[in-house]
Amino acid sequence: MYPSRFGYEAPKTVEEAIAILDAHGGEAKILAGGQSLVPMMKLRFASPEMLVDLNTIAGLDFHRVDADGSIHIGALCRHEDLEKSEVIKKSQPTIAAAASLVADPIVRARGTFVGSVCHADPQGDWAAALTALGGHIVAQGPKGTRDIAMKDFVIGPFQNTLAFNEIAIEAVIPAPKGIARGGYLKLERRVGDFATASVAVSLDMVGDTVARAGIALAGVGGRTIDATAAASVLNGKKLTAENISLAAAAVAAAAEPRTDHRGSADYKRQIVKTFVERILTGLATPSQKAA
Amino acid sequence: MTSLYDEVAPTPAADVPTRRITLNVNGEDRTVDVEPRLLLAHLIRQGLKMTGTHTGCDTTNCGACTILFEGRPIKSCTMLAVQADGHNIETVEGMASASELHPIQEGFKEEHGLHCGFCTPGMMLAAKALLAENPDPTEDEIRWALSGNLCRCTGYQNIVKSVLWAAKKMRAESN
Repeated sequence: MYPSRFGYEAPKTVEEAIAILDAHGGEAKILAGGQSLVPMMKLRFASPEMLVDLNTIAGLDFHRVDADGSIHIGALCRHEDLEKSEVIKKSQPTIAAAASLVADPIVRARGTFVGSVCHADPQGDWAAALTALGGHIVAQGPKGTRDIAMKDFVIGPFQNTLAFNEIAIEAVIPAPKGIARGGYLKLERRVGDFATASVAVSLDMVGDTVARAGIALAGVGGRTIDATAAASVLNGKKLTAENISLAAAAVAAAAEPRTDHRGSADYKRQIVKTFVERILTGLATPSQKAA
Repeated sequence: MTSLYDEVAPTPAADVPTRRITLNVNGEDRTVDVEPRLLLAHLIRQGLKMTGTHTGCDTTNCGACTILFEGRPIKSCTMLAVQADGHNIETVEGMASASELHPIQEGFKEEHGLHCGFCTPGMMLAAKALLAENPDPTEDEIRWALSGNLCRCTGYQNIVKSVLWAAKKMRAESN
């Protein structure tokens, strides 16, 4: 299999890349890790007339924690970079938990975090994680940059709100109010398969109290499900068994699963409930609090 | 089989734009003209005539086309050949020296790490990347590192043993 014909440019700067996108009026696509785009082009689900390769642009492969506690992930930061990152392990438990569950190790060596978010696959791990974290995308276009909150970024299956001449150059996770706690669980039939269901949980904790709860789901709807409204039953509360089961029930109700070869809708909803309970219960354990 | 490479080389149609790229393959610089849509796996197999890199599923699942790109394992069916411009790649052909097998190849021989052999080159390169980072992996770590490579003979037990064997030999050699 091979893609239909396309032009290829490997610019050296983001500005140059934007100019190429601009000149092609929506017929150009950004190539970052290519682990979703290239297969889609081979299957001819996508046939852009121009590919703009970001891999030749220096300085986009970073991830860092700023002094204010916010985390910044550049457009060429690979899944593997996050999986192996000490700073992520120390400061961002939701990302740390999800990083080793994305696709398989070889795809993780090439695929990018920001690319995966932009791809907006309803079963994608990172769009769910970044949604739970209340993050945003920094989009750069001909007129400069703008921030797009995740809730306004993924608007449907494989649909984001970038303009045709904008590039997602960075993903930002805001500083937590208090201590960042969280987790990620995914059910897959085998490594590398799409998620049957996954749950991303992000909590900002002040002492034993939840200051902000963010939960998002993948695999259980036509797009990434933002269950933060459902999770808000935890805000201002402690992680007691009763509160956990209230939250789990509310989040499971927010899922929109469909019956398919990976399982029935009821089964997937049950998985969501179980995963929410499992993650929250883990976070409530005193021994894990110390970590 | 008509491959894309055959269509674009050695004399691509005048209206098809190609790019001249230079990549280092197993230590040797190779300069080739490629159409942007040519996949790296096809360049390696048809263009460079190195058929040790296999294309199995062609959909980024099986890992049979795994090569090392700047030392990291990648699925060469999911990368464009033009993207390798200026980069180093290593294929299974680069593993053995003229007289000796690489310890990982030796491990696969000693521990019967292959049945049909189709997945083997990808397995060995994924294993090489693992051992470069982690010379003393546990069985679990090996299984995890190879989880992007499928063996449809399902001979995983012996593959894992082969990598353990190789790790031991490589540790002994480096001491």
